[in-house]
Amino acid sequence: MTRPLRNVNLLLGGILVLVIVAAALLSFVYTPYDPNRMNLSGRFLPPQSSHLLGTDQYGRDILSRVMKGAVNSIIVGWVAVGIGMGFGVLLGSLAAYWRGWRDQGIMRLVDVFYGFPAVLSAILLTSILGPGIVNSMLAIGIFYIPIFARLTRGVSLSIWERDYVTSARAVGQSSRAIIWHTILPNILSPLIVQATVQFAIAILAEAALSYLGLGTQPPHASWGRMLNEAQTFMEISPWLAIFPGLAIAVAVLGFNQLGDGLRDLLDPKLTRVRR
Amino acid sequence: MFVFLCQRILILIATLLLVSGAIFIVLHVIPGDPAQLILGIHATPETLHELRHRLALDLPLPVQYVKWIGELVRGDLGRSITYDIPIASLILSRLEVTVPLAILSILFAIIFSIPLGVYAARHRNRPGDYGVMVFSQIGLAVPAFWAGILFILLFAVELRWFAAGGFQPWTETPWGAFKSLLLPALSLGLIRAAVLTRLTRSSMLEVLGEDYIRTARSKGLTEKMVVYKHAFRNALIPVVTLVGLQMGELLAGAIVIENVFNLPGLGRLIFLAIGQRDLPVVQGGSLLIAFLIVVINFSVDAIYGIVDPRTRAGNGRS
Repeated sequence: MTRPLRNVNLLLGGILVLVIVAAALLSFVYTPYDPNRMNLSGRFLPPQSSHLLGTDQYGRDILSRVMKGAVNSIIVGWVAVGIGMGFGVLLGSLAAYWRGWRDQGIMRLVDVFYGFPAVLSAILLTSILGPGIVNSMLAIGIFYIPIFARLTRGVSLSIWERDYVTSARAVGQSSRAIIWHTILPNILSPLIVQATVQFAIAILAEAALSYLGLGTQPPHASWGRMLNEAQTFMEISPWLAIFPGLAIAVAVLGFNQLGDGLRDLLDPKLTRVRR
Repeated sequence: MFVFLCQRILILIATLLLVSGAIFIVLHVIPGDPAQLILGIHATPETLHELRHRLALDLPLPVQYVKWIGELVRGDLGRSITYDIPIASLILSRLEVTVPLAILSILFAIIFSIPLGVYAARHRNRPGDYGVMVFSQIGLAVPAFWAGILFILLFAVELRWFAAGGFQPWTETPWGAFKSLLLPALSLGLIRAAVLTRLTRSSMLEVLGEDYIRTARSKGLTEKMVVYKHAFRNALIPVVTLVGLQMGELLAGAIVIENVFNLPGLGRLIFLAIGQRDLPVVQGGSLLIAFLIVVINFSVDAIYGIVDPRTRAGNGRS
């Protein structure tokens, strides 16, 4: 019974992620309406055939804005995970390679930031660097570095002890070549799984920042920002508060499920051990 | 034991110094003059000079940091520029919202998650288990602030059981204060409940597979006795640890949720101070949150080390 369930994780996650990515890609060539075009005669329209998800306080089409919002979320996810993974893998690999005081120094520094909540740090950083999508990506990405550094170091340490690494050393391969060709390919699976989970968290963090007015700036569409604007008009048009939130939940659920599915797929050891 | 605690305390002090340094640097090394940022572009050179002097910005950076730390040790966080009152008392007054909010959220999370996690583990791979896991996946995916907005929509706008936001002070009406924290706590607690449910389930499954559980069953104990007296207690250790660690995230999450419900808590104070360029309040408030998180993590770590000596033995190894 467990095996098909694992496939369900991967399948469901894959489908949900595909829907979000497809909506984002499609928005470059087609949206039902211009997401930023105001139409004051068509404000607060409930969902109907001409506007499937209704319109907002400026008469903008919610479906078009939700589609454009997907682009934001995906870009933030990619860049934040890219920053965190790029620097984190570098630091973690070096710490595992160096050992000793340099390893301890890096890891203690990493530990300081590891325990600090990313959302709070991102709020502080974006408020100082200035609101905007670029700064929010940076802020979220910076606080992903410790997560990837710890993971990389932990997994790399055990790989450095393996016989095939010893053999590579014995045949005279340089440390750089061993890290590139032996260590990194072997730590890729846990990194991919972690990246998927962090992608979901980045979407949540960006939405929270945009909700607070520190992320994507108007008039550009962002799910968090749309929820912020919706709160004022919730009494007259509740759908404004429903669809952007639903989009966030679907995206996060998709990436979380995909992460679970990939974990099962890429880590056979875990699959055997799991009950 | 003594050496272990001393080590932990030293790490705690080092961490606090690093965190305070990081917050200080972030707020002071950014491009631009903080005094200019606070007073705006129309400020006269005299007022700028006076503010720089008042905030000790005219001193070299390392001296400023040492001075700030010295004042912190004496419990002096400085004065708020916006409110013109001591920051310590300002923060203290806001904690009466944020601390009960965090505690209520974690209570909600525990009340929901532990019975659900135990139930799921006892009915592993059965419809009830799948139902609980679906709930936990949804709980993980729903952002707390959206949950808050939906709760306002349902309980305040539609049913009119609660106010849509705001806070009534404890001194005026304790029930009113409690009531104004219920929906925010529920919103914040939802994601925690999802995480705790998953952990309780997996922890229970792990313990239920142990030899001593098999022994307990073979002794003829009832399933209830096995689950609640033997398995549950042991399965609780990682859950309690996570509850402690989640308090830190709750304090941070409070920033967003206090904005959704317009609660005058520490998170909202920091957020508004950012907008008002009240840097001493931002500095003091963030440091307090960081301090609480580090101390909670330290306590969990230390208690865990005392309760489970194996974690101490592993300490310090690479």
